[in-house]
Amino acid sequence: MSVTRIYVPRETAAVSVGADEVALQIAREAKRTGVRVQLIRNGSWGASWLEPLVEVEVDGARIAYGNVTAADVPDMFAANFVQGGEHERRLCPINEIPYLINQDRWTFWRCGLVEPLSLEDFRKHQGFNALEKALADGPEAVLDAVTASGLRGRGGAGFPTGIKWRTVAETESPQKYIACNADEGDSGTFSDRLLMEGDPLGLIESMAIAGVAVGASKGYIYLRSEYPLTHTILSRALQLARDAGWLGENIQGSGFDFDIELHLGAGSYVCGEETAMLESLEGKRGIVRYKPPLPAHAGLFGKPTVVNNVVTLGSVPNIVNLGGERYAQMGVNRSKGTLAFQLAGNIKRGGLVEKSFGVTVRELIEGYGGGTASGLPVKAVQIGGPLGAYLSAEQLDTPLDYEAFADIGAMLGHGGIVVFDDTADMAQQARFAMEFCAIESCGKCTPCRIGSTRGVEVIDRMIAGDNREANYDLLVELCDTMEHASLCAMGGMTPYPVRSVLKHFAEDFATSGGNG
Amino acid sequence: MDRKGIDKDAVTAIVGQYGAKPEMLVQILQAIVMRHGWVSEDAIRQLADELNLSRADVYGVVSYYHDFRTEQPGQHIVKICQAEACQAMGSRALTSHAQTSLGARMNGTNDAVTLEPVYCLGNCACAPAIMIDGKTHGHVSTGRFDELVGAMKAAR
Repeated sequence: MSVTRIYVPRETAAVSVGADEVALQIAREAKRTGVRVQLIRNGSWGASWLEPLVEVEVDGARIAYGNVTAADVPDMFAANFVQGGEHERRLCPINEIPYLINQDRWTFWRCGLVEPLSLEDFRKHQGFNALEKALADGPEAVLDAVTASGLRGRGGAGFPTGIKWRTVAETESPQKYIACNADEGDSGTFSDRLLMEGDPLGLIESMAIAGVAVGASKGYIYLRSEYPLTHTILSRALQLARDAGWLGENIQGSGFDFDIELHLGAGSYVCGEETAMLESLEGKRGIVRYKPPLPAHAGLFGKPTVVNNVVTLGSVPNIVNLGGERYAQMGVNRSKGTLAFQLAGNIKRGGLVEKSFGVTVRELIEGYGGGTASGLPVKAVQIGGPLGAYLSAEQLDTPLDYEAFADIGAMLGHGGIVVFDDTADMAQQARFAMEFCAIESCGKCTPCRIGSTRGVEVIDRMIAGDNREANYDLLVELCDTMEHASLCAMGGMTPYPVRSVLKHFAEDFATSGGNG
Repeated sequence: MDRKGIDKDAVTAIVGQYGAKPEMLVQILQAIVMRHGWVSEDAIRQLADELNLSRADVYGVVSYYHDFRTEQPGQHIVKICQAEACQAMGSRALTSHAQTSLGARMNGTNDAVTLEPVYCLGNCACAPAIMIDGKTHGHVSTGRFDELVGAMKAAR
């Protein structure tokens, strides 16, 4: 009898709802029933609402079973699940799930599909083809492709990647660095994690391509400590790549040297700000630096440094393989290509949706997400993490596009979409924005350090009904000060969620249930 | 995790593993905390000495980062996400339930269990999320919280 391949994701969200127990149970049950199976721990496809999502390969098709628990496994074996048998957990072949097929998978296309820690599987799915092409065609060709793609930084700031890379390429220095920002701290975001856990070798290839483009021989990944499984997977992937000669000196005989060091953060949100991250990589307190100099001129250890988010880097291999123009054909206006939107919070079908820019918030929340998990109406949607504005239910037809969001005083950030139903107390959400800033401020500039604490106090007075109108005016003034006088986005954008609550949900200050 | 003292030789070994370079300080401290759960006053002195930094330099870094506890935690560490996606799914109620059932306030310890806040575990599509001794759990209702904590205590 042949061996049946069964896929169970080894990805944080899947594991958090029991994927390891399911895998263990499948192995036990296969042994008990004498069925020969090969258990593959793939990454997640991103349909987190279906996790643990188990697939069984039958005649080349991968049949999906959703929300599988360890307790279901014996029953599934009894229903001949190893041959795709009928069972209440059975969905359909994985490539027929509408949530997944109606996406524009450019960056995440290998996630779920491949075995993340198999170099062979990676190579079979175009792995390292783009690096080989970059090494053959040279830096100028890579820089041209990335510039032509219109790719902008996916960490939140949206700075054109081609310009950043060219600046580093043109800055003379005996040592340059590629620093990958994997400090994904925004609530509602997990795309970096999903990509690193599902396609870690892809990130390694992407960083090496950046190294070729700008002339850097060393890369750093700054990974947040809240992602222990990601750390394990990345560490192994780095070792695999090194052992096979895809990292280190004279990569594949090309004469190009490049290696990557993996560093862990230590629970500081502001270390996701690029200059604070560089300080932390240097072993110091994660205090934001003044700019200029830009990191592209004087970054890590004072050397020219490309600082890019995981998803930004991950978009590059296909740009090299298929050409920048192909990427630029997707999207709208100055927002080219795709963004990995993440549906989170009170949502029925949460997960990752990689889509071309221009899709509306409503299409994502209602079409993909299926509305709220609670079934109650949507009250507010926070987009772009803790520094992003809360949109009201009336604003859901806004297209997801950097400029369209800037026009309504909001931002896309890293693409996190957090849904709240109509039981949400928005005065508490405004208070939390200030409180979070007070907890996480690096303390270098006064508006952020002091303003955030004063902000909590003013909001508490408003909630308590103490001189509400005068305190409203004071809060608006405080937001102005923080926005215009803070050193970085932490203090500068904390006013975004606060202002949006004042604008759309001011009545909640009168009804708020007190400090939560 | 070795919660008792922080052995001098263990610190020296960790420094040896990362290299006695000031730029490795955050990594070294993270390794110490992962193994021992906290950073002691003695460890701070020793690191200053071994990395050729002032004690103030080391203390400054220790005090900056949330991960670097300066008090010995309990045998188990339970972290509850306090960020927006989890708030939207009832993390505030889950937090009060946890404080009551564990008999500990945030950042407090009771019956060898330390309760801490965390700002995002990146499990926002399966909110609310918690982490127990380094493992993330999703869709944590109050009932599931009690089960997970029960299993944690039973495994002692």
